[in-house]
Amino acid sequence: MARIIVVTSGKGGVGKTTTSAAISMGLAKKGHKTVVIDFDVGLRNLDLIMGCERRVVYDIINVINGEASLNQALIRDKNCNLLSILPASQTRNKDALTQEGVGKILEELSKDFKYIVCDSPAGIEQGAHLAMYFADDAFIVTNPEVSSVRDSDRILGLLSSKSRRAERNEEPIKEFLLLSRYSPERVKSGEMLSLDDVQEILSLHLLGVIPESKSVLTASNSGTPVILDEKSDAGQAYSDIVARYLGENRPHRFIDDKTGFFRKLFGGK
Amino acid sequence: MTINSHSFPAVEFKSSSFSVPVLSLASNDLVLIEQLLNEKIKLAPEFFKNSPVVIDLHEVNKKQFVLDFKDAVMVVRKAGLFVIGIRSGNEFQQSQAIELGIPVNTAPTSEIKEIKIDSKNKQIKAPDDSEFIASDSTTVMITKPIRSGQRIYSHGDLIVLAQVGAGAEILAEGNIHVYGSLRGRALAGVQGNTEARIFCSDLQAELISIAGNYKISDDIQGAISNTPIQIYLQKNTLIIKPIVY
Repeated sequence: MARIIVVTSGKGGVGKTTTSAAISMGLAKKGHKTVVIDFDVGLRNLDLIMGCERRVVYDIINVINGEASLNQALIRDKNCNLLSILPASQTRNKDALTQEGVGKILEELSKDFKYIVCDSPAGIEQGAHLAMYFADDAFIVTNPEVSSVRDSDRILGLLSSKSRRAERNEEPIKEFLLLSRYSPERVKSGEMLSLDDVQEILSLHLLGVIPESKSVLTASNSGTPVILDEKSDAGQAYSDIVARYLGENRPHRFIDDKTGFFRKLFGGK
Repeated sequence: MTINSHSFPAVEFKSSSFSVPVLSLASNDLVLIEQLLNEKIKLAPEFFKNSPVVIDLHEVNKKQFVLDFKDAVMVVRKAGLFVIGIRSGNEFQQSQAIELGIPVNTAPTSEIKEIKIDSKNKQIKAPDDSEFIASDSTTVMITKPIRSGQRIYSHGDLIVLAQVGAGAEILAEGNIHVYGSLRGRALAGVQGNTEARIFCSDLQAELISIAGNYKISDDIQGAISNTPIQIYLQKNTLIIKPIVY
């Protein structure tokens, strides 16, 4: 049986798609057959971040409507052949997603894949609801600022009440916190909520802190998941996150201001 | 005057069903029956006043007690009820019924539902779409954080061992206890219980209310956070006080 992971946040622009791309690539690189699904029908972006936008023929809505088979719609990633992408439709809206259709797709994918990563759209409407409905694990992507934290709190409430596991009274969805765009310097100067502030409200299992990094934007624009940039701090943060999710014990990084002595001395950034 | 038979029929038979209480007798001791009947009626005099009733003799006849139906009817009528039928009577009892002008129903007694008489006034339940609703007057215990947008309702007391997020709402007809931070809204005594109290270890609530008297966070500010406090109602004013040991 596959493990279904939803990457969600409530708020937009916090890094859900970046995270979905990075962790699905990370899981595949670790040797697990993984598929990542874009649920953001109408505002599809995952294909761009994954660098496969030129190869999209069919999408998830075509599959739901029976206009294409799942195999026709799946795109094999060019960097890693264990990773597939199921893109969203750009011409439709989220109401085209049906619970039955999504359920069928996930069931079929479960036979072939070890991990199914669902990239949720922002908001709490149909798209977001269906992305989380079937999930086993939830990655809550949160930025260290109040509105993002509150939206995450709201999403956590929905996860515990409006999911299949909740409706069937099964073991609840496992929730993990991914704190993204974190800048220890700005936390220090009081411009940003600290990890402790966020945890005081959310009290979740922390999977990792992703530092604010230029490499994320560069990676997005070039269509390669940032996890492949092994030299970048964000890439390393995502590698840690995947490893921790798979059960490895890695110490948390990027939480404290670790501007080194020499860097300070020579004014490096 | 002629009857206009075209516009409407003056007489028409229609089938319709009614719900009528059935008085099931299991003894032929009329003194005892009268006594028990009066006790029952005392519980809800308005409900039984001039109420129609069907007398069921199944139990009596099963036990082969000899019961004079006419006498039984007199007892029931004396209690202020109208006997409108007999069920499961024997031949003699049925003929007695016909004599008294009481219709006979020979259908087998299959579906007798017990009518429970609630001596208490019925309470209007608070309209809600809350996620958890406890059965009457029991305590609801929540061990996981209550997230923004969630709503918890308890017909009795509510105990929350975790935090209550901003934008969450907890309601109880009784007391509320919160052992994590209380950031959302907490409403105790929502059915008007002015004795209800709110207890919490860290008050940062958006709103607190007891029996409809409320304070919003602006009014609470300056009050003590991070100390155990209790909130109660005194002369329609909410009092927020630290719990002193």
